[in-house]
Formats: sequence, C-alpha cells, structure tokens
Amino acid sequence: MTKHLLEVDGLKKHFPIKKGLFGKTVGAVKAVNDVSFYVKEGETLGIVGESGCGKSTTGRSLVRLLEPTEGKVSFDGQDITKFSANDMRKVRRNIQMVFQDPYASLNPRHTIEKILAEPLIVHGMKDAKKRKEKIYEFLEIVGLNAFHAKRYPHQFSGGQRQRIGIARALMTNPKLIIADEPVSALDVSIQAQVLNLMQDLQKEFNLTYIFIAHDLGVVRHISDRIAVMYLGKIVEITDSNELHQNPMHPYTQALLSAVPIPDPHHDENEVVLEGDMPSPANPPTGCAFHTRCPFKMDVCTKAVPELKEQKPGHFAACHLYNGTNSNDI
Amino acid sequence: MANPARNIDELETTDPKQTRGPWREAWYEFKKNKIAVVGFCIVLFFILLAIFAPWIAKEGINAQETADRLLPPSAEYWLGTDDFGRDILSRIIYGARISLWVGFSAVIGSVIVGSILGIIAGYYGRWVDTIISRFFDIMLAFPSILLAIAIVAVLGPSLQNALIAIAIINVPNFGRLIRSKVLSIKEDEYITAAKGIGMRDIRILFSHILPNSMAPVIVQGTLAIATAILEAAALGFLGLGAQPPSPEWGKMLADSKDYLQSAPWTMIFPGLAIMLTVLGFNLMGDGLRDAMDPKMKS
Repeated sequence: MTKHLLEVDGLKKHFPIKKGLFGKTVGAVKAVNDVSFYVKEGETLGIVGESGCGKSTTGRSLVRLLEPTEGKVSFDGQDITKFSANDMRKVRRNIQMVFQDPYASLNPRHTIEKILAEPLIVHGMKDAKKRKEKIYEFLEIVGLNAFHAKRYPHQFSGGQRQRIGIARALMTNPKLIIADEPVSALDVSIQAQVLNLMQDLQKEFNLTYIFIAHDLGVVRHISDRIAVMYLGKIVEITDSNELHQNPMHPYTQALLSAVPIPDPHHDENEVVLEGDMPSPANPPTGCAFHTRCPFKMDVCTKAVPELKEQKPGHFAACHLYNGTNSNDI
Repeated sequence: MANPARNIDELETTDPKQTRGPWREAWYEFKKNKIAVVGFCIVLFFILLAIFAPWIAKEGINAQETADRLLPPSAEYWLGTDDFGRDILSRIIYGARISLWVGFSAVIGSVIVGSILGIIAGYYGRWVDTIISRFFDIMLAFPSILLAIAIVAVLGPSLQNALIAIAIINVPNFGRLIRSKVLSIKEDEYITAAKGIGMRDIRILFSHILPNSMAPVIVQGTLAIATAILEAAALGFLGLGAQPPSPEWGKMLADSKDYLQSAPWTMIFPGLAIMLTVLGFNLMGDGLRDAMDPKMKS
C-alpha cells in the first residue's frame, strides 16, 4: 500500500461577512465546510463541482494561500496548518500550484527567464549559471524552446503560457502539484495537449496531483480518484471508473448525465437539476443538496448525511444509502 | 531534449525585436503620437536651456545696465530689459533651472513618500489603510495652494520651503493612486503564484507589485511636474517662494506687474515661459498615458 502524501481532516474555510461602519461580523460564507480526504503518493485526485462549490478554495487552503478556519492538513506526516510562516515557505518547495488563468498568473513585466528563476532564488539556488541551465532544461521539458526564455508573457499563446506555469511549478522538484482548473481557460484542442503533458510529467518526475476542474470529462481523463464537491462539502469520493459506472450520490448522477456524449443516436436520459445552488452564506439545513434532489426524503431536511464508505473504496454522503446499504457491508 | 549548454550561446544572438519589454513597447507607442512628441521636444528644449544656461545666456542674471531700463525687445536685448536694466532673456533661461528643479524634485519627493505610504496602505489593508487613507482625505480637503501657503508660512518664505510645501501637498495624490493600483494588483494571480512559490512579502512588494504599479505614477508624475511649476510660480508671485534677486518666473511676473501698461514685455515673456513649459509637460503626460496606462499590452 502506498503511503498517503497528503491527509486533510475536517478542513473548513469560512469568510466572514462584515457590515456597517465598524465591520461587525454578521455571518460567514462557508466556502469549505468540513472536508476530509487523503491523496496517495503518485496518484491524481480530481476535485469536481460547479462554480462556487469551494473546490478552488479547498486547493488554496491546503497550501495556506488562504488560511484555513479549522481543520488539519498533514503533508508527508507533518501538520502544516501549525507551521510558522518561515517553515511554511520551506514546505512550499514541495507543494506547488498551477493556476487557472495563464494570462494573469505570469507577471507581465518579467521575462520568462525571470519568472522561472524566482522559485530557484527563493529556495536558495545561488549559482546563476546553474539556474540558467535548469531553466532552459525545463523549458524544453514542457515543450518550449530555450530561446523563449528572453521573451515576455504577452508574446505567448494561452497554451504556451500554461506550459510556462507548469514549468514554474516544476522548478523546485515538488512532490505534490495542485492544479487549479489548469485547462479551463484553454481551447479544447490545447486542453488535450496540456493534459497529456501533465500526465507525461507525472510519470517522469513521480508527481502527485490534485486536479481541480468543473469538467468531468477532463477530470476523468487524468484522475485516478475523483472527489465531487457540492456547497463546500465532498458528497462522493471514489475511483474514477467506479464513479462513472456506479455513481451513488444523486448530484454525481446529475453531473454525469450532463457530460455530452459524442453520439447523435444516444438516448437522452438526462437528469436535469432544478433551481440554483443555494448560497453558501446560508446553506440549507440537513443535506445541502435536498433543495434540488429528485429523491428527497423527510430525513434529508433534518440530518446532515455523513460521508460513509458504502462499498469498499466508495464513499458517499447520502441518506438514500444510510440505514440500508451501510448495514449490509 | 536539446543540450541546454548549447542554447545558452544561441541566446546571446536573439533578435532584440522579439524581446521587446513592456517599457520599450510603451516608448514605441509614445513615438507614434505626434502631439506628445512635440510636448517632449518642448520639455527637452527647456531642460537643455537649463543645463547650458551659463553658455547660452550671455548676460548674467543680475548684470544691471541702469541706462537700459525697461527697453523693448531689440537686437541687443532680444526680449527687452526689466526695471533694473537686466536682460529678460538671460533671466528666463536661468529661471528654467529653478522651475525645472522645483518641478522635478518636488514631484520626485512626493512620489517617493506617496508610494511608500500608498503601498503600505494598499498591501497591508485593515487599520493601517484606514489611518493612512483618512490622513490623505484630510489633506485633500484643503485647496492645495492654500495648504502650500500655510506650510510656507510656518516654514518661512524661501524657494526651498516652497519646494517642500509643493512636495507635501502632492503626496496624497500619489498615495491614493498607488494604493488603488496595489489593491487591484495584489489580487492578481501572479501575486498568489509568488506567495505559492514561497516568496517573502517584501520581495513580492518590490519585485512584483511596485514595478507593475509604476505606469500610472509616471503619467501622473509628468502631469504633476506641470502643476508643481505653476504652484512654484504662484508662490513666487505671492512672495512666498523664491526671493529677489532670483530669476524665478513667478517672481519675475510679480516684479513686473507695475509695468504691465508701459512695458508689457517684462510680463509677457516670463508668462510665456511658464505656459510653454506647463504645456510641454501636459502634452507629454497625455501621450504617456495613452502609451502606458489604458491597458498593458496582452
């Protein structure tokens, strides 16, 4: 059994809502509300969910780019939520991020060489010549050329910029890369290239990925396991294949049926969800999904379903299975 | 994979056109704007006058020819003479030194102080921001020239004190400008990325936030030099800035106001000099704004 590189326990991130002249706190947006999961070394965990479900906030709270409100994040056996700012900077060497918008995530005033040199300088590679060699090497690895180093970000296309973003994440030889919607801003044809690049890199450098996206098709392509988020909670988490063949949570079923199938004769059997996602500032009582769930029961409005192992390796948080399936297993 | 060592040599011969940075890009834009270039030439003209004043102005600033008082422009005195028989052209040329000195140093002073306050307010936010911003608001509540007069009244009238006063009254303008720029930049993803890399705050401030907030400051700074020159002239005119016999343009206007009817050239030419310099800076500033400010090239 491979070891768990990252363990998340009860992670919460609440943003206070302030009102009035003196900024009195009148409530909180519960962007991430009690999320627990683990990531095994060398695997890819996909996190999916619609806009505003807290998947990006989860990603950023993991590396404390947003300070978590509560909960424990253990990386390589160490609880990094308690680390001092200085220790945290050292850990960041091992956890890097790739961002969604390749236009915004590169400083427009710096050359590519300077952008890629920064992580090396920050983490103490003082020899300028070695830095240069490494930068050129990694530009080639991500499919660009060494002569691109002297150019500025605005001279590249979106796909090329995302490659630069990936190269930046790789510079410090990290163990874990958190990719926050790395391909959503790209053309579909370019998406595939970048995804394939990421898979190749994973093999070459033995990387572990947390891959955040709203597109199930993309996530399925790259992930070993998938976590589905809804309104700040994980509602289902299991193997990529198991999730597609046996979705348990009604929300996952609806998401899957929304993935377009490239076959004109395919029987439309879509589960269409009614209404909008409720506000995370004022989530519904009980199961957060009950306002839109086609299988709503009385218990759903009262009790919060726990994320339970319904089948080996298949976790779901739904009252449909509690009391029946959970007893069988 | 190619050999990295080989590529290092290749790089030195890269076509410079391909590696044009944002600053050079702005310069190319600026050059296309004819009116802005005219402004730039006017400014350059006055800067050259100021630098080479001792060689250009044949008469000293205080060389008095009592026999030649209040003479109209002629072949000998191109712009005429004043009530002490001093050559107005020479005094204007030396006056350029004073006006440009005051304009540039007052603005540089307020940019430095304003940037530091603005960056602190914008980046750290919370109560620090509240204190600094309210302080700016209070300063902006006074008409600037009134505030300048008050400051000079406290410090005592002299050119140096006028310069300090002008620098002080311009601080809130730059402070607010930088603060708002920092507020928007610090939410940009490359700042998050820099934090994610493990960069320290201070390095993020100086290597990412400051360079990216400079474009509007340069534009505003150029325009502020024009205002500063006007304000210095106004203080000089009121007798609170440069003291006689210094050839400050505002002071020259004040000294010649009694001769407006009998010898208008004593007033027209210093006035023209002020107008031209201010116009030059304003045209240049507008051009710079078009070239740098609207949106970084993407």
